Order: sequence, then C-alpha cells, then structure tokens
Amino acid sequence: MSHATTASHDDLHAAPPRGLSRWLFTTNHKDIGTLYLLFSLLMFLVGGTMALVVRAELFQPGLQFVDPLFFNQMTTMHALIMIFGAVMPAFTGLANWLIPMMIGAPDMALPRMNNWSFWILPFAFTLLLSTLFMEGGAPAGGWTMYAPLSVQGPPSIDFLILAIHMMGISSIMGAINVIATILNLRAPGVTLMKMPLFVWTWLITAYLLIAVMPVLAGVVTMTLTDRHFGTSFFDAAGGGDPILFQHIFWFFGHPEVYILILPAFGIISQIIPTFARKPLFGYSSMVYATASIAFLSFIVWAHHMFTVGMPVAGQLFFMYSTMLIAVPTGVKVFNWVATMWRGAMTFETPMLFAIAFVFLFTIGGFSGLMLAIAPADYQYHDTYFVVAHFHYVLVPGAVFSIMAAAYFWLPKWTGHQYNETLGKIHFWLSAISVNITFFPQHFLGLAGMPRRIPDYSLQFAGFNEISSVGAFLFGLSQLLFVYIVIKTIRGGEPATAQVWEGARGLEWTVPSPAPYHTFATAPDNKAMSAAGMLPAAEAGH
Amino acid sequence: MMLSASFRQLAVWMGVIALSPAVYAQTEYAVNFQTPVTETAQQVYQLHMLIFWICVAIGAVVFSVMLISIVLHRKSKGVQPAQFHESTTVEILWTLVPFAILISMAIPATKTLIAMADTANSDMSIKITASQFKWQYDYLNEEVSLISALATPREQIFEAADKSEHYLLEVDNPVVLPTNTRIRFLLTAADVIHAWWVPALGLKKDAVPGFINEMWTKIDQPGIYRGQCAELCGANHGFMPIVLDVRSPEDYQSWVAERQAAKAAELAALAANKEWSLDELNQRGEKIFLANCAVCHQATGQGMPPAFPALNGSPMVTQQEPIAQIEQVLKGKNAMPSFAASLNDLDIAAVITYTKNAWDNHTGTVVQPSAVAAAR
Repeated sequence: MSHATTASHDDLHAAPPRGLSRWLFTTNHKDIGTLYLLFSLLMFLVGGTMALVVRAELFQPGLQFVDPLFFNQMTTMHALIMIFGAVMPAFTGLANWLIPMMIGAPDMALPRMNNWSFWILPFAFTLLLSTLFMEGGAPAGGWTMYAPLSVQGPPSIDFLILAIHMMGISSIMGAINVIATILNLRAPGVTLMKMPLFVWTWLITAYLLIAVMPVLAGVVTMTLTDRHFGTSFFDAAGGGDPILFQHIFWFFGHPEVYILILPAFGIISQIIPTFARKPLFGYSSMVYATASIAFLSFIVWAHHMFTVGMPVAGQLFFMYSTMLIAVPTGVKVFNWVATMWRGAMTFETPMLFAIAFVFLFTIGGFSGLMLAIAPADYQYHDTYFVVAHFHYVLVPGAVFSIMAAAYFWLPKWTGHQYNETLGKIHFWLSAISVNITFFPQHFLGLAGMPRRIPDYSLQFAGFNEISSVGAFLFGLSQLLFVYIVIKTIRGGEPATAQVWEGARGLEWTVPSPAPYHTFATAPDNKAMSAAGMLPAAEAGH
Repeated sequence: MMLSASFRQLAVWMGVIALSPAVYAQTEYAVNFQTPVTETAQQVYQLHMLIFWICVAIGAVVFSVMLISIVLHRKSKGVQPAQFHESTTVEILWTLVPFAILISMAIPATKTLIAMADTANSDMSIKITASQFKWQYDYLNEEVSLISALATPREQIFEAADKSEHYLLEVDNPVVLPTNTRIRFLLTAADVIHAWWVPALGLKKDAVPGFINEMWTKIDQPGIYRGQCAELCGANHGFMPIVLDVRSPEDYQSWVAERQAAKAAELAALAANKEWSLDELNQRGEKIFLANCAVCHQATGQGMPPAFPALNGSPMVTQQEPIAQIEQVLKGKNAMPSFAASLNDLDIAAVITYTKNAWDNHTGTVVQPSAVAAAR
C-alpha cells in the first residue's frame, strides 16, 4: 500500500526530536495518545495493587493485614485511580491516536492544549497519591466523598479536591479538543453519518464530559468551603442538607458512568464487524441509541439514592427513567449479535475480548436492571451486589474493551504483530479469573454483605475466599499483558497496513507503524474507497 | 492447599446455582436473600425473583443466538459472510418488545413501593439515632431507651481468639420488638450518614443528620434477626451491627416493664443524691467505656495518636480536678462527639471515674453524678 498522504510530507516535518523533550513538548496526537495510554497502564497497575490489598484483607474473616481506616483508604483510592487515572485516560489516549486517523485529519484541532491536557494528569495523580503519606491518611470516605463524612475528613481531602479540579480541567480540555477535531477536521467525504462508530461515541462522550465535569468541580468546591470557609451547604445545623451533596454528585456521577462505557461501545462496534467480515448491523440505530443513552443519563441520577428518603413520586420517576435505559442498551447488544450472525468469524485476541465484552457487559446490564427496581434496590443498595454489578460493567466491560482496542490497534501503532498465542492466553486467564472474582460477589450481596467493610461475619467466608483467589489470578494475568505490550513495541513480525483481513477505515490505509504525520493532505478516493467511505461506483475514479 | 480448597468450593457453588436459589439461602454458601419474615420482605423477594427470571430468559435467548453464531458462522467452516446490515422492522421490534417487558416489571414494582412508603396507622414508634459507631433506640410510646453496639471482643477480630457463631453480628443490647405489631421507625443520625439495614425485614434506609426518615414493618415470627450499617460512616463502619430480638407481644410487654422499673430505680438513686463508691462507678464505667469510647481511645486506653489521643497517662485524665474532662465529654472536641444527650449524669460520672483509675491511672479519684449535673 503506498500513500501520497505521508511520503511527501516527511520532508516538511522532520522526524520527532529525541529524548525527554520529545515527550514533554510534543503536540503530535500520536505521541500524546501514547503518553495517555502508558500513563493509564501505570495507573491500572497502581489501582490494581490497591484492589489486591483489599482482596487480601477480605480473604478471611478477621483483620490480618491492615487496619479498618487504611482499608477504607484503599477502597477509596482504588476507585479514584481506576476511574480518573486508568479508564478515562485510556479512552482519551485512544481518541488521540485514532480519531484524527479515522476522519482523515492531520492532527487534533488544538495540539498545544492537547499537550497541556495530558501533562496536568501526572501532577494531579502525584498530588492524589501523596495523600497516602499524610498525617490522618489518604481520603477514606469512598470515591463518592459523601458529606458530612468528607467534610469532617483529614487534610488529605483538600488535596483530593485540588486533584479532582486538575483532572476535571484535563478532561474538559480533552473533550473540547475531541469535539473541535470531529466537527472541523473531517476530510471531505467523511460525513457525520459515515464516521466510524468509535468517533461517534467519543463525540457524544465529549459532550457529556463538558456537561458534568464542572458539576463535579462545583460539588467538591462546596465541600471545600464547608470545610474551611464557614458555609453550610451540606450541614443541616446551618440550613443545608447532606443529601444535596448526593444529588449534585450523582448528577455528575451517572453521566460519568456512561463516559466510562460509551467509548467502549464504540471500540466493540469497530472490532466485531472486522472479525465477522460483515458491516456493522444497524449503524444509524447505534448512533441514535448512543445519543439516547447520553440523554437518559441526565435524568436517572437519583437511582443511586433510593434509600435516602425521597418522596414516592421521586422514586417512581427515577425508577421508570432508569428502566428505560435498558431499551437503547438492548438495541446495541442486539445489533452486535446481529452483526455476528451469518458473518465469517475468526477469533483473534481483539475479537475474543469483544465477544467477552458483549457477554459479560450484558450480565452487568441485567444486574443494573434489577438495581433499577426501587423496592428491590432497598435490598441491593450498598451491598456486594452493587460491587459485582459495577465491576461487571467496568472490568469485563470498559477494561476489556480497552484491552481489545490495544490488541486491535497495537500492530498499527508499533508496526509489529503481537504474539497471538500469548494474547489468547492473556484473554482466557483474564476472562476466567474476572468471573471467579466478581460472580460470587452477587451472592455475597444478596445474602446480606454490605460493601466497604474490612471484616465480615462467618457466613460470608466461602465466597470471599473464592473472590480473593480470582482477584489475585486476574491481577497476575495483567503482568502478562504488560509483557506482551512491551514485547510488541520492541519487535515482532512486521504488520501490514491493513493488519486485519476484514478491517475497514481510514486508519488501515496508512502504513504500519503509522507515520509520525498522517493525512497532511486529505485522503484520496482510493483511500476513501478502501475505508468503505465511498459507494463502490465512485471508487474507480 | 489453599487453591485446591477454593476450587473444590468453586465446584460446590457452581452446583448450587444450578438449583433453586431459595433452598440454599441459609447455608455457608448462601446465594440469595435471607428468609423474609415480613409481608413486605416477602413481596420484595418475589419481585426480585421475578426480575431475575426475566433477565435469565432474555439472557438465554440472546446468548443462545450468540453461541449458535459463534459455532456456525466461523470462517474456518468455509462460510461466506452475508452482507445485510440494516432492517428498520427489526430495530423497531427489538425496541418495542423490551419496552413491553419493562412495563410488566414496573407494575408490581410500583405497587410494592407505594405499600412500603405508607407509614400511617402504626401501633408504636421507635426513634433510631445512629452515631459513630452505635445505634440508639428510643421507644417513643414506652419511654424506654437503649444504646446498642458491637459486642464481639477485639481478640476475635485480631485473631487472638476463636470467632463466635455470630461474629460481628452481635450487640450488647439487642432491640426488643413485638410480633404482629405495625412498628414505625423514625431514623436520624448524630454525626454522619448511616443506613439501618435488616435483610430479613426487607428494610434499609439512610439515617441522615438533621433529617428524619420513616419506615415501617410488621414482623410475623419471633426470632433473632441480624443486620448492619450499610452506609460508609467512618473507620469502624464494618463494626456497627443491628440485632433484633423479636418476641410475642406479651413477652415484649414484660420486657418493657422490666426496663421501666430499672430506669425508675436508677432515677430514684440519682434524685436521692446518693454517694456512689469507687467500685460501683468503676464497674459501670468500664461497660460504658467499652461501648462508647474504646472504638477510638481503645480498650487499652492507648488511643490511636494523633487522631485519637491516649487516655492512659493523659494529664487531663490524671489530674485531680475533673471539670475539664467532664466538659470535654459533655461538649466534645474535634473528632470527639458530645455525649451530653446520649449519656446521663451517672454514666458520665462512671466513665470518667473509670478512666481515672484504669490502666496506669491509679489516681483513686471518684467523680460523683452531682459534679456532672453541676457542669451541665
């Protein structure tokens, strides 16, 4: 595959500078994408280690390793790091690498801001992790930071608030960049309804980010002023209301849940058609379903709060609106299955992760539907059933999609094919251990085990033991992933431009590894045709 | 060793889930709700099972189609991929059918929710006040109060002793309730948000400082029912159990009479301005200390500095003049809450006397209830 898009422009733009300054000062979307992805991998390992501290303590009844306060610090920090440090930056990294190549743009629209969005993150997380060494300990009131517990918390809460502001600024700038890129830099012929679904889901995600990150910033600032400046937003004694915190937090928090899953939907919608060798079923209904989910995410927030003592009418409204989400989510799952139907499938590692995603995310969706039913939620709320639910949608959901994406595009990024056997071993280890870890947690929750407790009564011992064994298996399996990634970066069988037989899209028309600059001129008809963006009749020109 | 044991257990529960969930509700590997003991809990259980089986049915259909596709439609079988990629009819169909299924779930859910929210026509009311890390129960009609906190000894938690049968789900003072009586609970909290949850009753609600939440129950069978705080409320959130001792209405009445007589005797002693001896106060004070103070200051009096200072050897505790310590217990300071409302003069006098004589603090000082009354 030869391409005019790259060769002639390598003379104009010199090869990337070497050394640290390349990474510090880069405005290149591929470099910044790489930085985001590596940062996310590092945070995934840090947050994962904290999860293993939690699972080690819960292996048996009694306190063996940590005291209750440190246990709470671990659950709190694990969640904050996984959500804001691992999953969100991974998706932003994928957006950086892929969106310009998918829409035939030379780079992100706002490259300097792009650099800044990334480089805020290491500082934000250094600040957050430093709280572990502070007097009074790291934040221990849960990642939800409910008032009044967090208002009364140690000085580290102030550091958490500042870190959240920094993460929020980073996310908002990243989102602005994605929107500006998609709306302005699409190559001629790449109309909105021809964009790959990954681009669509990210466009919608970016709007969600801009809408809700300021809300999170607002609520943590209110916590800050309650702590230090004499306000009483969340203190009944001063005319405030502790539940106000939860309303504002979850107005951010529920769209945030979709921020963590919509790009995953996009990834899966790229991978399944590729390996089924068949176009995505119901492209436009997928776009509308994504938009509907995004809209509904703003009117369901109080389903996280059924037990706070809302009026019945309020509970009914939030129960019905939450149940509605099952409709567009169901449409997506049905479309993926219909895409597979009568295809000619092969099962390389990205496809295995994508199929596991559809299967296990659907299980998470079922428990989500159960949680929507308010009277039943009274029993599930704040138990391990909820822990099982959101880990099913976040680990074999969001995290599996990121791993699928990594295997899918690694050959394009590095120019090397990863080792398929090792990839498959990694998949099976992950898929089995993730179920050993989280499936028994459904039972624990139904039988009555609350979440966020360091010790439990004897009837919960059996399933906790199984869950902990699964967690350590899962954690260790991810070291294999790190090994595979490093090995592929360093070398391996050269990858073709197309990489996968069924791959369609502009990113597969440029050589592998993708040159430092791609699409400095818009893709020509040949590329557009290869990407499936031109009707067959026009392709011959 | 450990691994093989776990895999044996894995095999056990895989067998268990294949069978009806309810049968195994009380085994060591319980997979479903605890046996419901109220009509409401029974309704919630049925609702839960209804949605569960609907999900199983939908899952069976979707996953079967997926599996058939995975088995049949693979390139290695030499199939040619079809190229169909849209059908408006199908899209409309799989939007409307789930919608109809949702309505069939929403109807029973709405009925149950409305019934649970109706707290009118109750026979008795109990106010529950949560605080870190105990529950106070005020029987509003009977003028009986009790404070209920974890009774599991520290040795069991830290592996220095064998764990008892109801490890972490046992309290010093269980809440005694009558059967077949419509009981209304009024819930609030003194410091942060807690949540009162007894699974067998199908009840869970947040206790919010400064606000009052309501819920009701009517328990069919006598028995001991156990639950826990369900909202993260601080370091010892996991050590805040609830135990209900549900008795027949007659047994409940005699328990109330007992509590009232004991309270009257105590009040009489206070009113008579009785001089209490060091031993009497020490004995009473130790219990109060373990229930109210040991969570932070530790049973050893060593505390957990810097957040929770040691009382052993503390100048405030060992000084002769008790007024500073009385004021701190009454008013609280920083993380320490005020005990003015939850403990009476005798209790405060007893616990202060205890701290002044326990561990290495052999001061011999006795603080009388009258001194606390004067400081209020």
